[in-house]
Amino acid sequence: MLLAIDWALLLEKFILIALVVTVSMVVAMYATWGERKIAAVIQDRYGPNRAGPLGLFQPLADGLKLFMKEEIIPNASNKILFILGPSLAMLTALITSAVIPWGDKMEAFGRTISLQIADINIGILYVFGVVSLGVYGIMIGAWASNNKFSLMGGLRAASQIISYELAMGIVLIALLMTTGTLSLGEIVKQQQEGWWNVIKQPVGFVVFLICAFAECNRTPFDLAEAENELIGGYHSEFSSMKLGFYLFAEYINMFISSAVMATLYFGGYDIIPFYDESAWGLSTNTMAVLGLLALFAKIFVLIFVFMWVRWTIPRFRYDQLMNLGWKSLIPISLIWMLLTAVFMLLIK
Amino acid sequence: MNITEILFWFLSVLALIGALMMVTNKNPVYSVLWLIVVFFAISGHYILLNAQFLAIVNIIVYAGAIMVLFLFVIMLMNMNADNEPQKNKWLQLAGAVAGGSLLLVIVAALRKSETLAGQHTDAGGTTGLIHNLGQVLFKDFVLPFEISSILFLSAMVGAVVIGKKGD
Repeated sequence: MLLAIDWALLLEKFILIALVVTVSMVVAMYATWGERKIAAVIQDRYGPNRAGPLGLFQPLADGLKLFMKEEIIPNASNKILFILGPSLAMLTALITSAVIPWGDKMEAFGRTISLQIADINIGILYVFGVVSLGVYGIMIGAWASNNKFSLMGGLRAASQIISYELAMGIVLIALLMTTGTLSLGEIVKQQQEGWWNVIKQPVGFVVFLICAFAECNRTPFDLAEAENELIGGYHSEFSSMKLGFYLFAEYINMFISSAVMATLYFGGYDIIPFYDESAWGLSTNTMAVLGLLALFAKIFVLIFVFMWVRWTIPRFRYDQLMNLGWKSLIPISLIWMLLTAVFMLLIK
Repeated sequence: MNITEILFWFLSVLALIGALMMVTNKNPVYSVLWLIVVFFAISGHYILLNAQFLAIVNIIVYAGAIMVLFLFVIMLMNMNADNEPQKNKWLQLAGAVAGGSLLLVIVAALRKSETLAGQHTDAGGTTGLIHNLGQVLFKDFVLPFEISSILFLSAMVGAVVIGKKGD
């Protein structure tokens, strides 16, 4: 036998991957619509309301527009890297979804299907690894543009992501002390019957949320594309769908980091905290669907928080951003890690 | 050939090609990117050995942090193939001799690796999993482990303190 592979498993995973990627894209697409609607509500306007009912076809029109725009690759740019940049940004935005448990097990065709693409025993570290790679798409694209404003934007993005990764890593260590496992599937199972981690780790969650804003380059941390200082930042030179990829990757990042936060701190697909839902006696498939809906509800609330903050808090100055990262968040997360460690030692 | 062997050969060829391209490329930015490819190939090897923790830490630390700093420096220095000064012939020769000597030392060391191969302790393919790694680090090597972590922490705090001096 040349290739002894479980073809059914391969097919199952392939379908799951296709589904997750498609859903990420659709959510990201409608997140742009949601962003404009929320901005409109906050600023007392109507927002998009021309294309379709409630402007619901606006994302489709925007996508079509981006595809039809002229594709420009500047003469002085590095052509291969200029194309590689947005592709990498999109790739790193999408691959985190592989380890997120989207729901409990389902039963179909006599098989038990796990709604998690890969339950690896280092799930959190995988997420962290992909986050640390996320900076390449921006840096490569920015450098390849051969434009000083782009390069400045790229460097800002890179230094910001590196700085906030540290605090994020330290609060993750505090979380790991309470869970005792690195597997995301296991962490969700622990929260099914017991407390959600946000109750055990309130400070950790707040620090993680702030770092997630910074990692996604969202306001108030969007200095990488501060238009009044840097034209468009790292994507100044990009046009057509390559620009679309950068903008889209931001929304996918927002979706995925909301999913990660929901999984780590809000019980993932757990429906009601402090309650064992298996007492309802529903079938496995119904429970899985309900769990999936619960997870998506949590994700949408977190995405709303992202947008709410964007239209409420103005952009920081660059030195304020670095001060917040290095002089506030890192000491806070270190002290929080120490407190968690002492507490865990005392209750042992 | 089973799938593990196919993956092994694929990753080995990828690592070698990446390393060669990294050394021969004139543009330092390309070199850094090829080096990242090499790190990914090596992480793939770790996964084949069922050492998932090592694989992902290799990516976080080397591909995710150190290479970003390399890229940072190279992009800021704006090095291009055109304006790179041509190196002295003798310097090139000295470099070749030094590199060749290093290769000789490595080959000489590896020549005896056949006898070492049988000596490792086998825990049924789970040696590299995080549970076993944690047991070893916190039982057998707890003192060196803690000392090195304090060293890293103090380096980090030191960096913040140095950065704070300005204001």
